[in-house]
Amino acid sequence: MPCRIPFARGRGWLSVLAGCFTAGGNARVSASYALQQLINGISLGMIYGLIAVGYTMVYGIIGMINFAHGDIFMIGAFVSLIALLLLGAGMGLEGPAALLLVLAISMAITALYGWTVERVAYRPLRGSFRLAPLISAIGMSILLQNYVQVSQGARVKPIEPVLSGGIEIARFGEEIVSISWIRITIVLTTLCALAGLTWLVTRTPLGRSMRACAQDLKMAALLGIDTDRTISLTFVIGAALAAVAGSMYLLFYGVIDFFIGFVAGVKAFTAAVLGGIGSLPGAVLGGLLIGLIETAWQAYAPQHLTPYKDVAAFSILALTLIFLPTGLLGRAEVEKV
Amino acid sequence: MNPATALKDAAVTGLVALALFTPLVGLRTDVSPTGGLYLRQRWSDVAILVGLAFAGRLALLAWRGRRSLPTASTAPGWWEAPLRRLGAVFAPLLLAFAVLMPLSAFSWNLGGGFVIPALTGRYELDLGILVLTYVMLGWGLNIVVGLAGLLDLGYVAFYAVGAYSYALLATTFGWSFWACLPLAGILAAFWGILLGFPVLRLRGDYLAIVTLAFGEIIRIVLVNWVSFTGGPNGISGIPRPTFFGLPFSMSGEPGTFAGFFGIEPDPSHRIVFLYYLILGLALLTNWVTVRLRRQPLGRAWEALREDEIACRALGINITTTKLTAFAIGAMFGGFAGAFFATRQAFISPESFTFIESAIVLAIVVLGGMGSQIGVAVAALVMIGGFELFRDLQEWRMLVFGAAMVAIMVLRPRGLVASRTPTVTLSGRKRAISGELVGQGHG
Repeated sequence: MPCRIPFARGRGWLSVLAGCFTAGGNARVSASYALQQLINGISLGMIYGLIAVGYTMVYGIIGMINFAHGDIFMIGAFVSLIALLLLGAGMGLEGPAALLLVLAISMAITALYGWTVERVAYRPLRGSFRLAPLISAIGMSILLQNYVQVSQGARVKPIEPVLSGGIEIARFGEEIVSISWIRITIVLTTLCALAGLTWLVTRTPLGRSMRACAQDLKMAALLGIDTDRTISLTFVIGAALAAVAGSMYLLFYGVIDFFIGFVAGVKAFTAAVLGGIGSLPGAVLGGLLIGLIETAWQAYAPQHLTPYKDVAAFSILALTLIFLPTGLLGRAEVEKV
Repeated sequence: MNPATALKDAAVTGLVALALFTPLVGLRTDVSPTGGLYLRQRWSDVAILVGLAFAGRLALLAWRGRRSLPTASTAPGWWEAPLRRLGAVFAPLLLAFAVLMPLSAFSWNLGGGFVIPALTGRYELDLGILVLTYVMLGWGLNIVVGLAGLLDLGYVAFYAVGAYSYALLATTFGWSFWACLPLAGILAAFWGILLGFPVLRLRGDYLAIVTLAFGEIIRIVLVNWVSFTGGPNGISGIPRPTFFGLPFSMSGEPGTFAGFFGIEPDPSHRIVFLYYLILGLALLTNWVTVRLRRQPLGRAWEALREDEIACRALGINITTTKLTAFAIGAMFGGFAGAFFATRQAFISPESFTFIESAIVLAIVVLGGMGSQIGVAVAALVMIGGFELFRDLQEWRMLVFGAAMVAIMVLRPRGLVASRTPTVTLSGRKRAISGELVGQGHG
C-alpha cells in the first residue's frame, strides 16, 4: 500500500484507494475503476454480512435487538489487533499461519464476551417488558465502548499491512485491475465462516434447537430443548462471527479505534433488516447490498456529498422499514390480538 | 448452596474474568515514538479485576443464598410508600428548594446587623442550570416514551434543531431570544412531525432504531453542511439572553439590567436569570404534561401505550395521536435546545451525539417512565452523580453504562415503579404496579 494516511474516524479507506488507483480526473468513470469498486464493495459487504448474521440470529430467537453487537464486533477487532501484535512481535510469526491463529484467538475471546454479555445483561431480563432488554443493551454498548477506551486508550490504532501485493485479474488498455491478497483473504474467510454457520444451523443438533427456538420459544422449551443454553450458544456463535468480521475489518482498513462498533453496528443492523430480519441468507445479501451501495456512493457521488455515505445507509434503514418491513427474504409476521 | 459449589462457581467466574481481561486489560496497545504499535503489560490490573470478579460472585451467591431474591424486581421499593406519603409534601419541597436556591448566591442584609452570607456560588448555580436542563429534556421525552409509549432514541435531534434554530436566527437576523424561543420550538415540533410521519407504522424496537438513525442523520448533516451550520467548528458568538430587552452588562448604564433597576452590576445576575429561565421552561413542560394527561389527547396517548389495537378499535385516530406526541415532545426539546444555545453562546455538533439521547432516555427510564417527580429525581441523581465523578473523565461513562444495565436488571421499572391511574371508576385512586402498564408496544 503506497498510502499511509492518518485516518479520521469514519473516513473511508476507499477514497484513499480511489486516489491510489486513479490518476486523472475522468478516471471515476472507467471500467477498471468500476470493477475495482465492485471488488471493494463485495469485501466490505461481506464484513457487514458477518455482523448482520449476529443481529438476525438473536432477533430471530428472542426478538430483541442486540444493540451491543456492534461493540462485540469492535472487541473482536481489538482482540485480533492484540493477538496480531503478540504473535508478530512476541513470537515472530507471520503470514497465513499467524492470521489463522489470530482468527482463532479472537473468535474464542470474543465469543466469551458475547456469552458474558448475554449472561449478565439479557438473561435476567427474559420475560420482562419488551423494551427492558433493548435499554439494557444500550447500556451494555456504552459500557463496552468505554471499557475499551479506558483499557486500550482513545487513540486510533494503525497496523502495518499484514499482507501485501495482489493478483492481476483484468486489464483495460493501460489500466490494471488487481485484487489484493487482503481482499481475497476477506472474501475467502467470510465464505468459510458462512459455510461453517450453514452447516451448524442445518446439520447439527444445536442448529436444530436454534431453528426450533426461532419458530416458537415456548413450544421448544415444552419439547425439552434447553432454551437458555440454546440462546447462550446463539450469542456465542454471533460473537464469534463478529470476531471474524472484526479481524477482517482490521485487515481491510488497517486502523481501528474504540468507536468503530457504533456505525458498523447500525449499518449491519440495516443489512439485517434489508435482508429480512431472522433470515440468515438475507443478512448476507443485505450486507453485500449495503457494502456495494456504500462503496458506490463513495466512488460516484459528487465530491461534496461523499461525507454523507452514512446518511445513505441510515436512510436505507428507514426506507426499508417503512416500505418493505419484512425485508427482501423475510417472512411476514402475522399479528395476533 | 453449600460452600463447595459456591467456591467452584466463583472460581469459574474468576477464570472467565481472567480470559476476558487478559487481552484487553493485560495487554495495552500503545503507539511508540516511531509510529508503530507495541504492547504494554499490566498484569496487576488483571489480577485485581479477576479478584473482584471472584469475590463479587461469591458475595452474590452468599446474598442470594440467604434470601431468595428475584433478579428483576418490579415490586414497589421500600422507599415508594413513604415517598408517596411524602409525595404531597416532597414535590412542593423540591420546587421550593429549586426556586430559593439561587437566592442563596447573594448575601442578604436583613438589617439590624443580621446578615445571611452567600451560601452557594457560581458553580452551584451552573450545576443547577445543567440539572434543570436535563429535567426539562427528561420531561419532554417522557411525553413520547412515558405517556405515548414510543421509544425515541433520537431525541437529541430535536434538541439540536432547537439549538441551531436559535443560533442561526440570532446570529443571522439578530433576532432576540424571546422572538426566537417560540420559533425554535415550532421548528423542532415541525421536525418532530416530519420524522414522525414515516415511522408511524413501526413499533417498539424498530421505532427505536429508526429514530436513532434519524438522530445520527441530523448530526451528520450538521457536521458536513459547513456553509450553513459551520460544520465541526459550530457556531460561536450566539447572543446572550436579555431581561426582556435589558442586557446584562457590567457597565451599569441606564439601558442595562443593573442600570434600570438601580442595583450594583454583578456577573451572577445573568446566571441567576438563566437559572430562573430554565426553571420556568421546565415547569412549563411539566404543567403542560400534567394538564394534557387529563385531557382527551393525553388519555389517547396513554391508551395508545397500553394497547394500540384496542385504541384504534375505540375510534382514536392513531396518526394524530402519535404525531402530536412526537411534535409536543420535540417542541420542548427545541425549547431546551434554544436555552442551551443561549447559555453556552457556542454550539457544535459535538454536543448532540447519541450519548445525549441515551442519557436523557436513562433519566426517563430510571425515573420510571411516566412519573413526573421520578424523572426530576432521576435527573438530579444522574447529573449530580456525573458531576461528582467529573475528575474520572472516561470512567464515568463506563460507570454510566454499567449503571444502565444494573438498573434494568435490578429495577426495570425505575425508581418509581407504580402509577396512579388518571381515571378510575370508583373515584378512589390507588397506585398500581408498573408491571400492569404497557410499554413500548406502540
